Amino acid sequence: MVMDNVIGLIPLFPLLGFLFIGLFINKISKTVAGLIACTSVLVSFVLSIVVFLQLNDTQSSINWTAFDWITTGNFSVSFSFLVDPLSSIMMLIITGVGFLIHVYSTGYMHDDAGHNRFFAYLNLFIFFMLLLVMGSNYLLMFVGWEGVGLCSYLLIGFWFKNTEYNNAAKKAFIMNRIGDLGLILGVIMIFMNFGSIAYADVFPKAEAFGVGSPAITWITILLFIGAIGKSAQIPLYTWLPDAMAGPTPVSALIHAATMVTAGIYMIARNNVLYSLAPFTLEIVTIIGLATALFAATIAVAQNDIKKVLAYSTVSQLGLMFVALGLGAYSTGVFHMMTHAFFKALLFLGAGSVIHAMSGEQDIRFMGGLRKYLPVTFLTFLIGTLAISGIPPFAGFFSKDEILANAFAQNPIVWGVALVASLMTAFYMFRLFFLTFSGTVRATEEVKHHIHESPKSMTIPLMVLAVLSVIGGFVGIPAVLGGSHELNHFLAPVFPVVEGNAHELSHSTEYILMGVVIGLTLVMILSAYLIYVKKKSLPAENETSLNPMHRLVYNKYYIDELYTSVIMRPLNAISKAFDAVVERLFIDGIVNGSGRIVTWGSKTLRLAQTGNTAYYIFGMVISVIIIFLVKSFI
Amino acid sequence: MVVFSRNPIYNVLYLVITFLCVGGHYLLLSADFLFAVHIIVYAGAIMVLFLYVIMLLNLNKETEPQKNTFFKFAAIITAGLLMIVIVGALRASEAAMVAFDNHNNIGLVKNLGKMLFNEFLLPFEIVSLLLLTAMVGAVMLGKNHMKRVKEVAKNKNGRATISTLPVQPVKELTHE
Amino acid sequence: MNNVSEAIQGVPLNYYIWLSTTLFVIGVLGVLYRRNVIIIFMCIELMLNAVNLLMVAFSAHHNEGSGQVFVFFIMAVAAAEVAVGLAILIVIYNNTKSTDINILNKLKW
Repeated sequence: MVMDNVIGLIPLFPLLGFLFIGLFINKISKTVAGLIACTSVLVSFVLSIVVFLQLNDTQSSINWTAFDWITTGNFSVSFSFLVDPLSSIMMLIITGVGFLIHVYSTGYMHDDAGHNRFFAYLNLFIFFMLLLVMGSNYLLMFVGWEGVGLCSYLLIGFWFKNTEYNNAAKKAFIMNRIGDLGLILGVIMIFMNFGSIAYADVFPKAEAFGVGSPAITWITILLFIGAIGKSAQIPLYTWLPDAMAGPTPVSALIHAATMVTAGIYMIARNNVLYSLAPFTLEIVTIIGLATALFAATIAVAQNDIKKVLAYSTVSQLGLMFVALGLGAYSTGVFHMMTHAFFKALLFLGAGSVIHAMSGEQDIRFMGGLRKYLPVTFLTFLIGTLAISGIPPFAGFFSKDEILANAFAQNPIVWGVALVASLMTAFYMFRLFFLTFSGTVRATEEVKHHIHESPKSMTIPLMVLAVLSVIGGFVGIPAVLGGSHELNHFLAPVFPVVEGNAHELSHSTEYILMGVVIGLTLVMILSAYLIYVKKKSLPAENETSLNPMHRLVYNKYYIDELYTSVIMRPLNAISKAFDAVVERLFIDGIVNGSGRIVTWGSKTLRLAQTGNTAYYIFGMVISVIIIFLVKSFI
Repeated sequence: MVVFSRNPIYNVLYLVITFLCVGGHYLLLSADFLFAVHIIVYAGAIMVLFLYVIMLLNLNKETEPQKNTFFKFAAIITAGLLMIVIVGALRASEAAMVAFDNHNNIGLVKNLGKMLFNEFLLPFEIVSLLLLTAMVGAVMLGKNHMKRVKEVAKNKNGRATISTLPVQPVKELTHE
Repeated sequence: MNNVSEAIQGVPLNYYIWLSTTLFVIGVLGVLYRRNVIIIFMCIELMLNAVNLLMVAFSAHHNEGSGQVFVFFIMAVAAAEVAVGLAILIVIYNNTKSTDINILNKLKW
């Protein structure tokens, strides 16, 4: 079918964009590069829509094989794509939000010298992310997984002349790799147990293993470790706040909307396996909860716009993992979708603010930007309302669904998740008020340059704002009178397993909703009172904080902990190895063999005296030796 | 005597005596033709050649250099070792200690000639070629190059000067 | 004469091996011991003779003619070698005015 081949084109266009821009990086002008990049993603987006519509009609997944990739012995992998409801939603998000961010970047990176390089990397990232979600086997997913890790490294360290940024990029990549070890081991175990690594082979056979079998449990735990690294959960989350060293569009695309959601995608894809391992699901829930709460507490005390948003991302990812851990896979995907919208919006808005403030990122020096940046103000407000879970914005529906599922399973989980959500509302509005309301605290020369961002930046903001408003409407639960279209759409992917269906009575749901909304409004009000009415500002420097505050402000000193516990011993070991093994041993052997050869040749050379009598002597001696040897053999 | 005597002429003469003895052994082994050829070729031609060269080079007892003692000692020991090794190697074959009938006819010229020209024809021809080569080489090596030098001298000076220049400038190499 | 020749019995082979070896070793000793090139040549001839003797002895014992033919060839080769060797020696003497073997040490690096 024509439609099937279209699937192959979807990742192809960003790849071509990358190649073209990359090869002619210094020869094409900035406008051309930006145009090529945006167009390629736009084409992919249009094709994704086409595929989505077809999927909607026929309700069946599409397979398309490019070629047989590896065929050896028992192991064969084909380079093929699978488009089913889950991957088509992800494709839409990736290409759609990606396209908006590309357009935004043409404005944001306009004055940057590495402009073309940036777009090349962005296109490459879109390509890899599409590979990740479209792959029909674990190997292709892994290729995409590693590829987005690579692009993350390239883009975080985009301004590579700064050593701190390079360190942040390295940190991101290395922490990803730590998680990837788990992923690789998981895939190997899958191959060992199932004999194949294509989804179509693995998932039907998984039933035979039974619930709670050790093999499945181990596989799921290992896969989850990979997700921990990629999606920044405890303990591998410290790279995400540091990754804010990259340009803001990068933070928006990679660390809000797409790459960090790769972990969510993977677990949702493997839902068949995870449903058979309740132990792993508990672990997922616990880690998700811990991360959500932990990151939220840190975010309350941060003063950098992007850091607050970074910790908020970590926290929201935790909530998504909670949803997955509760078995509500489509809820997790739903929240991921809405989160993509409003988090990208928030990041882009922050970028707009930073752009206006000539690079200032500390909210202590912002304020009163409402009258200078009206469009940014409005869109940021919409984003903040969405993330706080105020109806009818997008975040409300998804978050509420998570909370409802949590309450149905375990009220404690619901309680902790609720606390995390309330704190989210609090610190987001704190951020909002400190940035946009009140008096202008910027220095004079910065104040001169404050201006609204160009159209290329504000239009994506507006589009995302609209999406943040209406994005939730695909998931209106039955209790509110809607039919949960998203759940229906995703139903083929997530088979309902016995024992996971949780039904709450409608009245319970109403009460829950009311409680949540009420408490959220209380938090918003308190933020308003503290930061607008009382006009209190965050402390100027650290020493004036009480110890508890300082602890939270310094991110619980986790980075320092990692440095002293993990990095110092590793550095010491590597130095020891270098001194002993490398210098003495290996260099000794290598140089030594050279020295031995030289010494040997110098010595042997002395045998050639040129003296004929000496040679005759040698001949006679050799004859004797030959005789001896021959007679004794 | 061959080895240890000082005067080279004595060496040659002792060697002649040795050859004669070995020739006598040939006779004992009923190799008549070889005895004759041995005497003629070795004692007659080769030794005479040696004598010519020694007399040409005017070697006598005083100009004979000696090796230093260490090497002499080492030489003796090495030779002794060689003897022991070879004898030891050949001892394993307890070859016939028996007398044999030496009234066979293979030493006769007729039989030897028959074998030479039937089975060993190719080596025979090649040996003749070898002798030719040796002859040409010896002649060429001994040739006097003065004529060429004379011509070169003539061209340089513009008129014929018969100068008896030495063949090559003699380089005094240092003794080690 | 016939009586004499009939009366002479063959000498056993062992003795000939000993004799030949002794001659050969003496030749080797001479080559290592002497410093004059001409004497060394003569000792080489001695070694060749030892080998010749051995060959003839074996041929007589096994009633093979090929031993003697081979001796024939060896003699021819020895003659050729002596001729050429002495010619080279004379040329060298003309150049270096010495017949010391230690002078001839150009065959090195």
